[in-house]
Parts: sequence; C-alpha cells; structure tokens
Amino acid sequence: MTTLAERPDVERAGSARRPSRFRSDRTTIYLLLLPSLLPILLLSVFPLLRGIYLGFTDARAGRNVEVSFTGLANYRELLGDELFWNSFKIGLLWAVGVTVLQFLLALGLALLLNQQLRFRGVARVLAVVPWAMPPVVVGILWKLVYHPDAGLINEFFHRIGADGLRTNWLGDFSTALPAVIIVGVWAGMPQTTVVLLAGLQGVGRELHEAAAVDGASTWHRFRHVTLPALAPVIVAITSLDFIWNFNSFGLVYVLTAGGPGGKTMLPMLFAYEEAFRYGNYGYAAALGNVMVVIIVALLAVYLRRRLREAN
Amino acid sequence: MFGKPSRTSRTLQYLALAGYLIFLGFPLVWLLSTAFKPPRELVRLHPTLIPDNPTVQNFVQAFTEQELGRAALNSLQVSLASAVLTVLVAMPASYALARFRSKLGTAALGWVLLSQLFPFVLLIIPIFLVLRQVGLANTHAGLVLIYVVWALPFALWMLQGFVRNIPRELEEAASVDGATRVQVLRRVVFPLLAPGLVATALFSFISAWNEFFFALVLIKTPELATLPVALARFVGIEGTARLGPLAAGSLLATLPSLIFFAFMQRRLSSGSLAGAVKG
Repeated sequence: MTTLAERPDVERAGSARRPSRFRSDRTTIYLLLLPSLLPILLLSVFPLLRGIYLGFTDARAGRNVEVSFTGLANYRELLGDELFWNSFKIGLLWAVGVTVLQFLLALGLALLLNQQLRFRGVARVLAVVPWAMPPVVVGILWKLVYHPDAGLINEFFHRIGADGLRTNWLGDFSTALPAVIIVGVWAGMPQTTVVLLAGLQGVGRELHEAAAVDGASTWHRFRHVTLPALAPVIVAITSLDFIWNFNSFGLVYVLTAGGPGGKTMLPMLFAYEEAFRYGNYGYAAALGNVMVVIIVALLAVYLRRRLREAN
Repeated sequence: MFGKPSRTSRTLQYLALAGYLIFLGFPLVWLLSTAFKPPRELVRLHPTLIPDNPTVQNFVQAFTEQELGRAALNSLQVSLASAVLTVLVAMPASYALARFRSKLGTAALGWVLLSQLFPFVLLIIPIFLVLRQVGLANTHAGLVLIYVVWALPFALWMLQGFVRNIPRELEEAASVDGATRVQVLRRVVFPLLAPGLVATALFSFISAWNEFFFALVLIKTPELATLPVALARFVGIEGTARLGPLAAGSLLATLPSLIFFAFMQRRLSSGSLAGAVKG
C-alpha cells in the first residue's frame, strides 16, 4: 500500500480512497454508459413521452403525419365510452381478484414450504414451473383444461357424477371472468411464493422462540411476529403484482380475447383493439395515460395506508 | 411455525400441501397427457388422464406440418440476437455503474423501477411509428432492437451487481503491475464476470423467447412470426384433433425457460431475481 500511495496520480485521488489510473473522469463514464443509455432514450424514454403526447392528439392509423393537438377531447370521449368503463371495471376486478387470491395462496404455500414437510421439494419444483412457462403457453394449457369437450375440469365433473356442473367455462358469461382469474392466480402465484419465502427466511428465529416460551399460540406468533416482519415484502410484492396484473395482456388474449361479450375485456385488450383494429392511436394512448394515473393513484392510497399501519 | 407441531396440525399441513400440489400439478399433467395422445384419443368423448397409447407423433407433427417449426427457428434467431446484443451493450455501462458514482447511472437504474409501471400500450404505438419510419416495422431486426431495450434496464441492474462482486483490489493490483485499462478489463474483469454475462444473456434470451405483445403488433408477415404468436394463432384455428400438436408445441416452447430456471434456481429462490422475470 505504501508504494501505491507514493505514486503521484494516486495522491491526487487520495481523498476518494480509490487510487489507480481508473480515476473517474466524466468522459470515460459517459462513453461507457452511452451504448446503453442511447437505445434506452431512443426506444424507451422518447416513445413513452411521445405516447403521453399522442394521448392528447387525434392520431389515427394511416394519417399519423398530420396529428393535431386536441387537448382533453379523448378524455371527454373516454368518460362517455361504455366500453372503456366496462374494461376499467373488468380490469379492476381482475387485478384485485388475482392479486389478493394469489397473495393469500402464495402466503399459505410459502409458510408450508418453510416447514420441514415431506414432498416439499416436489412442491417447490411445481411452484416454479408455471413461472417458467411463456404466458401464451399458460393460456393454451388452461384452454385445454377448460375445454368444453376435451377438458380436464368437465371430465372431472363427469367422473364424480356431477354432469350438471359441466359448462363452457371460458365461453359462458357468468364463468368467464372467474375462470381467467384462476389462471392468473396459477400463473402469478409462483413468483409471489418465492418472494414471500425469501422474506420468511429472513424472519428472526429468536423472536419466535421467545414468543413460544412466553406461551404464544401459533396464530399469535404468526400475527404478531411473522406478519409485521414480513410487512415490507408484502407491500412490495402485492403492489408490483397489482401493476403487472392491471397491465397484463397475453394470457387473457389467448384464453378469451376479451370475450364473451366483453366479460374479460381487460384495459390492455381494449386499448389493443382500439389501436390496432380500429386505428385510433390517439384514443388508445389516452387510455394508456389514464391507466398510468389510476395505477399511481391507487398505489399512493394503498402504500400510505400500509405505511401508516406499519408505524 | 416452530417447535413440535401437534399431530392434527401436521395432518392439516399435509392436506393443504396436497391441495397445492393438485392445483399446481394437474393442469401440467393435462398438458403432458394431451401432448402424448394419438388423434383417436383426442376426439374421444370422455378423455382420460393417462393416454392409453402414448405417442410422440404430435411433437413430430407440431414442427413439420404446422408452421410451428419455422416459428421456433424465428424465435431462436431473435432471442439469440437479443441475448448477444444485450450483453455487449450492457457490459461497459454496468462496469461504469458499479465502479463510478454518477447521476446518470442512478437515473438509469431508477428507470428499471419506473419502466415496470407503464402499460405497454403506451409504448407500443410510438415504437411502432418509429420503427415504421426507419423501415424496421415487420422485421426481426426491429423486434430485436425492442427486446434489447426492454431487457437492458434489468440486465444493467443484474450485471453491475456481478461487477461489484469482483474485488476492486484485483484491478488495482493489475494496474500497479503496469497493465493498461483495456488489459485490466480483458484479463481480470471479463474472465471473472463470465458467470454474470451468461446469466444476463440467459435472462434476455428468455424474455425475448417468451415475449408476445410486441411480436404480435410488430410482425405482420406470418412467415416471420415468433413461436408465441404462432402458437396463439394456432389456438384460434383449433379443432379437437389439433389439440395434440398444440400441446406438444407448447411443451417445446417451454423448454428453454425451464432450463433457464433450473440454471438460475438458487438465485431465484433467494428472491434476488424474483422481481425480474415477468411475462
């Protein structure tokens, strides 16, 4: 170290504690960052800003050159658009339903996997496989399970002598949304389980032991030791899950394409149809803007409540 | 939770675990079973869980007759190109992010979190317009560009973590011995970074392989379609008899990410990667 410190160029950087010729001159940093930042700026940040702008224009397929600024016209139209309200309602039902169910189920599974149980290994593997599947494949898999003639579920009801329960799960008005929600839970549960399991393994064993010695029941230990320690992880994963679910597209596109009769028309599916079937770019972009605002608003409310509870 | 659980609570735990195994496992078994059923069993009124005469002809059919073979090849090309490009582009930046403090770097990492919030529909229209203006709409090159940019934020995040794990002292020692910056990077940093580079490449390969929305919108020529798009189109024209090839194709489409997950298992179960892989 002394020989190092004697070098003149090192002495100048001495206060930074990091000697060497790799002194952080600005030009080098920018040169290193450029190949990444340039594409991100051009194909991610810029399109995003342009997308926000498009939401205030009457951009349409085929005449995108003469886009004119129309202010809030798109938003006024959205307010009066029944299809928008429908997709918004469906989107909320779906996102809340999937997020809550998948959280509860994942918490249960994570608690089980945290125990010394037999078959734990099998469950761990099974819990990860849906995660590894491309969303389109998950959609296809469940289309096979729900298939009215050749499907697993209808055949199960036949075998137990409950033929009356057989139905076209994805095609029936009353069952379509619950059916796709179950698929969403199946697909999203693994990731949530893994995150919660990682969180559980960080919960101190000593606290548990102390609480057990004090005679606290399993439920009390869970309620007053595990849950508070897990709270930050829970807030983070449920918020992310909610956003992902609210924005999801591929899974439901493959399962129902929004049908029957719009019963599973998520906002993204609605926006996709508006943009690429009817060519209403401006209108679809406006819908995207509204979704961002809604997500941010809902998250702000949720996070504030959770944080207050945690304090 | 802890201590010796009673016999009843053990029984309840096993019952719950059985419930999970059924919920998670049965759909998978059904997919496997359908993929191995011969046509006669697929159109049977009451399907069975285990095929009577299992066959691999669905797999053969999926990739010979059904256009899925070409789609798989397209997916392979696009995903490989995305993986290689992502790593090449991310490597210098991740080094800068790990070794130097800069506002720009912090902003880049912050973008990771922000970009998770935005619905793709907000990005897809302007991206579609940009690609069309430069003549890259409906091309694999355009799709690769999007996938690289899409994978970059997380790739940077991941790779700079790997760089941080390389002790700075190694670089300093080499530079004291008279190595130039380039030599230090090539002889010291890159070899130690190899596992990180592989992980990053795999991550971007898988996110490109699984991606559906951009491919659906940007690729219009059926011959250029990637596997998820081809499979989704195939669902639309399904008859009961074609469920077999569909299931077989789906299984094959899952293989790369299954291998990825097996490879990354330990990092995934520690939760550190858990936020990254989302379709």
